[in-house]
Amino acid sequence: MRRSMLFLPGNTPNIILNGDCLGSDAIILDLEDAVAPDQKDAARVLVRNAIKYLQFPGIEKIIRINSLDTTYWKKDLDEMIPLKPELIMTPKTSCREDVLQFDAYITELEEKLGYEKNTVKLIPLIETALGVEHAFEIASACDRVAAIFLGAEDLSADLHCKRTKGGAEILYARGRMVMAARAAGVDVYDTPFTDVNDDEGIRVDAELAKSLGFTGKASISPRHVGVINEVFSPTQKEIDYAYEVMEVIRIAKEQGRGAIALHGKMVDAPIVARAQQTIEMAKALGLGREE
Amino acid sequence: MDKVVKTLREAIQLSGLKDGGRISFHHHLRNGDYVLNMVMEELASMGFKNLSVNASSLFDCHLPLIDHIKNGVVTEIITDYVSGGFGAALSEGVLEKPVQFYTHGGRPAAIINGSTPIDVAFIGAPTADTMGNMTGKIGKSACGSMGYAYADAMYAEKVIAITDNLVPYPLPMPSIDETYVDYVVSVDEIGNPAGIVSGTTKITRDPVGLVMAETAAKAIKASGLLKDGFSFQTGAGGATLAAAQFVKDIMIKENIKGSFGCGGVTGYMVDMLNAGCFESLVDVQCFDLKAVESIRTNPKHVEVSAMRYASPFAKSAAVDSLDVVLLGATEVDVDFNVNVHTDSNGRMMGGSGGHSDTAAGAKMAMIIAPLSRARLPIVTERVFCKSTPGNTVDVLVTQKGVAVNPARPELAAALKDGGIKVVDIQELKKAAEQLCGSPKPLVRGDRVLADIIYRDGTLLDRIYNVK
Amino acid sequence: MESSDVYMELEPIAGENEIVLQSVVERQFGDSIRALLSETLKEEGISNVKLNVVDRGALECTLRARLEVLLSRSRGGENA
Repeated sequence: MRRSMLFLPGNTPNIILNGDCLGSDAIILDLEDAVAPDQKDAARVLVRNAIKYLQFPGIEKIIRINSLDTTYWKKDLDEMIPLKPELIMTPKTSCREDVLQFDAYITELEEKLGYEKNTVKLIPLIETALGVEHAFEIASACDRVAAIFLGAEDLSADLHCKRTKGGAEILYARGRMVMAARAAGVDVYDTPFTDVNDDEGIRVDAELAKSLGFTGKASISPRHVGVINEVFSPTQKEIDYAYEVMEVIRIAKEQGRGAIALHGKMVDAPIVARAQQTIEMAKALGLGREE
Repeated sequence: MDKVVKTLREAIQLSGLKDGGRISFHHHLRNGDYVLNMVMEELASMGFKNLSVNASSLFDCHLPLIDHIKNGVVTEIITDYVSGGFGAALSEGVLEKPVQFYTHGGRPAAIINGSTPIDVAFIGAPTADTMGNMTGKIGKSACGSMGYAYADAMYAEKVIAITDNLVPYPLPMPSIDETYVDYVVSVDEIGNPAGIVSGTTKITRDPVGLVMAETAAKAIKASGLLKDGFSFQTGAGGATLAAAQFVKDIMIKENIKGSFGCGGVTGYMVDMLNAGCFESLVDVQCFDLKAVESIRTNPKHVEVSAMRYASPFAKSAAVDSLDVVLLGATEVDVDFNVNVHTDSNGRMMGGSGGHSDTAAGAKMAMIIAPLSRARLPIVTERVFCKSTPGNTVDVLVTQKGVAVNPARPELAAALKDGGIKVVDIQELKKAAEQLCGSPKPLVRGDRVLADIIYRDGTLLDRIYNVK
Repeated sequence: MESSDVYMELEPIAGENEIVLQSVVERQFGDSIRALLSETLKEEGISNVKLNVVDRGALECTLRARLEVLLSRSRGGENA
C-alpha cells in the first residue's frame, strides 16, 4: 500500500538518515535532479551505504536513477540492484524501448546476483509530451513495470506552458496517465505539489488527483505527506459502506438473488470491486469498521 | 521626599552592602541585560570582595562576570540557568565553590524560607516612578512580565530599582510596588532591546522536528487531557513550539475551550489566547515582542510572580493546575531522567529553568527530543546529570516512536488506542545506539562544578568536571 | 557542510599514513573514526597519504561512503 512517496536528495546524509520517519509510505532516494553532476558518484555510494546499514525497515525504498542519455544509469543500477530496493524510478521515460533497455540491464544484474527475475520493479517517470502519448505502451512494456508516475514540471516545459496551481495545463496528461495505467493494470502516481508553504493548496491538488483515479501522490516536502496520506486513505464512511456492500452481497448470494440494491442504489460488480479495494486498503492501514 | 538616588554608587553605599554580601538580579532583560554588568563593575571598582550573586539566569552578555569571579569580587553563583557561552566559561572551573543551580519555582521558595537570603536586590526596571513603583510592560527596554523579580523585591533586605525610564509618581498599574523598594537609580540604558526580546520566536522547519511535534500533538489528544478546561505550557524551543501550533489546530477544529496557557510566553501562546483556545495566559516571562504587546494590552494576559508560577512551597502554584507541559532535553535516560544542564561534552549550557517545576506539577510531562543529534544518542543509559527526575516525566516523543513511563500504564494504553506508536524506552536507546554506535562515555573528574538543587531544596545531583 | 556529513581530502606525504581529524564528536567517537579510516586505507593498500577530515557528526556508513568516493576519485574514477 503506497499513498505517498517522498523525494529525498541523494547526497544529504542528515535528511536520508531520517527518511523512514517522515511519515511517507515510500521514500524516493534521488540520484538524478537533486544531485549535481560532479557529485553523482558520491550520492550513489552514500545512498547505497545508507540502505545497506540502515535498511529503513517498514518503508518502501524507491531509487530515482539517472536517465538513459547519461553515463550514470548503469553505474546507478550496478550499485542499487544488489540492495533489492522495491522500485527503480526511471526518469524521462518516453517510450516502450526506454523501459525495455532498463529492464534488460536489470534482468542481467538479477541473473548475475542469483535473484529471481522482477525482484526489483520499475516505476517509469513520464515527464515528456512523447512519454504521455506513449503512456500505455510504457505501462504495459514488461512485467517489471509496477506503476507509472507523472512529472509535471519537466512536462510543462516540454508543452511550452506555465505550470499553475490549478493544473489546467496537465489535466489531459493526468487523465491520460490514469487511463493508461488502469488499462495496463498498474498503479499510477501524481506529480508533487511544489509550493511547500501552501497547506490548503496541497489538499486541493491531492483531492483532485484522487478524484481522477490516481493511486497516490509524490511529494518534495515532508510537510505534504500527512495530507497526501489522509486524502488517499479511505474515510470511515467509505469503509463502513464497503462492509455494507460486502454484507448485502453475501446475503444476496445466500438467497440466490442476482440483482441487489443498497440504500436505493444497484450494487453491481464494479461497486463490489471498489468495496473490496477499500476494505483491503483499510486493513492495510489498520482501520476497522465503525461499531 | 522621593527615593531617587543620583548614582548607582551612592545607592550601593546607602544599601549598607558589605564584603561577603548576597546580591540578586532577575533575567527579564535576557541577553540584552546591561544591569548586572553595570552593577558588578561598580561593586568591583568600590573594592567589594566575596560577593554571592543570585541571578535567576545568566546569559552570554554576562561574561564579564567571569572576570569578577577570577578577581575574587564574586565567590558564589546561584542561578536557574546559564547560556552556552557563560556555562562553558564556568565549566573551566573558575569558581571554587560549586555553582548552585535552583529552579524557577525553587529559587523564590529558597529566598522566602531563608535558604538563600538576599541582602541587596538590584532590579532592572523598564519603567519606574520616583518612589519605586515599577513595570516591565512599558518603556524603551520593555520586557513584559517581571515575574522572576518579585521574590527578590519582597524578601531582600534592601531593594534598588534601576531604570532607564523614570516617570513621575505615581506609575499607574505597577508590577512591583513602592512598598518594597528602597532606592531608585536612573541610568541611560538598562539593556539592548534587540537582546531583551526577540522580534519573533521561530517555529522549527526541520522535518524531523515537525514530525515529532505532530506526534506530540496527537499524543496529547490521545491522552484524553485535551478537552474543555485544558491547560498547557510549552517551552520556546523549536519542536515544542511547533507542537503547540498543532495543538492549536486541533483545539480550533474541535472547538475545545481551554482554561489557561502558562510559562514563558511566546507569540504562539498569544495567538492561542486570541483564537479562544484559553481563558487566560499566566505569564512569568515574555519571550518576544508579541507577548510583550499582549501583556500590556490584554487583561486576560496576566503577569504572575515566580512563586505563583511554580513555587513548591506556595499554598498552590499555576504549575499544579497544568494538564500538559511540553519540554526539551539534551539527554533522557532509560529511567526517564532528563538532563538540561550540560552538553554532550559535560559542559554547562542550560539549567532547569521551569523544567522540573512544570514536570512535577503537570498531569502529563512530555519530552520532545530526537533519538540523536548529529552522531550523539539522546536516549542513553544514564544522564550525565539529572535535572528533572524520571518519576515526574511521563512521555518521551522521538521521531522513531513514543515511550511512556512504565509507571503510567493507563497512559500508554490511551496513546496506543489513539494510534500512537508506543515503544519501550530501551528500544529507543537501542535504536539510537544502532544508528550512532556506542559513544565513549564521559569520564567524571572528582571536582564538583555545580550542585543541582531540586525545587524542594534537596540536592538532586552534582555536575563534575570531565577528564 | 551540513550536520551529519564529513569532508575529506587526501594529500601525498613522504612518511606513513596520517589522519588529521577535526570532529564535533571527537570526545565520543574520535578514536573510532581514526581507527575506521586508517583501517580502510590499509585494506585498500593506500600508503604515504595524509587524510584531512572535517567531521560534523557523520555516521559510520557516511564516513565509509565519503572515503570510498575519495579513494575512487584519487584513482581516476568518476569526477576525478
